[in-house]
Amino acid sequence: MSINATLIGQMITFALLVWFTMKYIWPPFINAMEERKKKISDGLAAADKSQEDLKLAEKKAKNIIKEAKDQSSEIVTLAQKRANEIVEESKDNANKEAERRIQAAKAQIEQEIEQTKEALRKEVAALAVSAAEQILGAEIDQKKHQDIIGKVSDKL
Amino acid sequence: MATEAHAAEGATGYIIHHLTPLRAGEGFWTLHLDTLFFSALLGVLFIWFFKTAAEKATSGVPGPLQNVAEMLIEFVDTQVKDTFHGRSALIAPLALTIFCWVFLFNFMDLFPVDILPMIGSAMGIPYLRVVPSTDLNATFAMSISVFLLIIFYSIKVKGVFGFAKEMLLQPFGPWLMPFNLLLKVVEEIAKPISLGLRLFGNLYAGELIFILIALLPCYVQPILSLPWAIFHILIITLQAFIFMVLTIVYLSMAHEDH
Repeated sequence: MSINATLIGQMITFALLVWFTMKYIWPPFINAMEERKKKISDGLAAADKSQEDLKLAEKKAKNIIKEAKDQSSEIVTLAQKRANEIVEESKDNANKEAERRIQAAKAQIEQEIEQTKEALRKEVAALAVSAAEQILGAEIDQKKHQDIIGKVSDKL
Repeated sequence: MATEAHAAEGATGYIIHHLTPLRAGEGFWTLHLDTLFFSALLGVLFIWFFKTAAEKATSGVPGPLQNVAEMLIEFVDTQVKDTFHGRSALIAPLALTIFCWVFLFNFMDLFPVDILPMIGSAMGIPYLRVVPSTDLNATFAMSISVFLLIIFYSIKVKGVFGFAKEMLLQPFGPWLMPFNLLLKVVEEIAKPISLGLRLFGNLYAGELIFILIALLPCYVQPILSLPWAIFHILIITLQAFIFMVLTIVYLSMAHEDH
C-alpha cells in the first residue's frame, strides 16, 4: 500500500467532479424543486381559496333564491288581491248595469202606459162624443164643442 | 476460483494478485492505472446520469430519472441543511459528489471478484483491482481535498489571525500555547486520516473477504457470498454516507467562529 502520484490524479478528478456538480448539476435540480414546491403551495392556497369562494357563492345563491321566493309570493298575493278587486268591480258594474237597464225598461213601460192611456183617453172621448151624437140624434158640431170634449178628456 | 495461471502460486498468490494494482511509473510517480481508470469512469457515469436528468429537469411532473436524482439531491440537501447553518454554494454539491462517487467506488465491490480481472487478463492486462476505494490513494485524495477545504474555509471565515488564535489559544488558554498548537494540529490532521482510512479499511476488508470466499469450493461460495454481498449493500451505502456526513460536519465546524 503505497501513497504515490495516483493521489494527485485522484484529487484532480475529484476537484473536476465537484466543480461540474456545483456548476451544472446542483442548480437546475434545486431550482426545479423550489419551483415545484412553490407551485404546489400556490395550488393548495388556490384550492383553499376556491373552496371559500364556493361557500360564499352558495350562501349568495341561497339568499337570491330566498329573495326571489319572497318576491314571487308577494306578486302572487298582489295578483290575487287585484283579481278579487276586478271580480268585485265587475260585479258592481254588472249590478249597476242591470239596475240601469231595469230603470230604463221601467221608464219605457211607464211611457208606453202613458201613451196608451192617452190614446185610450182620446178614443174614449171620440166614443163618448159619437155616443152622445147618437143619443142626441143630432150632430154635434165638433168645432163648437171642442172645449167641452177637451174638458171631459182631461177628466179621464 | 483461481485461474490456472495463479493456481500454482496457491491461495496467497491468488489473494496478492487480486490486491495488486496495475502500476505504471517508478517511485512516487507510480500511477495506479486501474484506480484512475475506474474512478474516472464512475465519475463520468455519475456526471452523465445527473446531467441527463438535469437537462430534462422540470418543475412540473418529474420523470423517473429526475425522480431518482431529486431523491438523492433532496437527501443530501437535507443532511447539509441539518448540519451546516451557513450559506455556501460549494458544500451541498461537494457532499452530493462525495456520496455518489464513494458509493459507486464501493459498488464495484459487488461485482464478482474474478469477472473484471479475467476480462482484463484476456485483454492482456496482468493486474486489475476494480474497487477504487480499496486504494489508499483514492480515499486519501478525497479526504485530503476535504482537509484543504477545511483549512481554506477556516482562514476565509475567521481570518488568518482568527485561525491562528484558534490554533494557539484553545483549548487551554495562552499559557500553554505550544501544547495547544500540538493538540490542534493533531486534531486537524486526524480528520483527513480517519476519513481516508475508515473508508479504505472497510472496503479493503470487505474485498478481502470476497476474495477469501472465492477461494472456497464453488458449492460453498453462494452460501457465504450471498449474505456477505447483501450485508455489503448496507456497508457501501453506510460508508458513503459517513464520508459525506463527516465532510459536512468538518466543514461546518470550519465555518463556526468560537
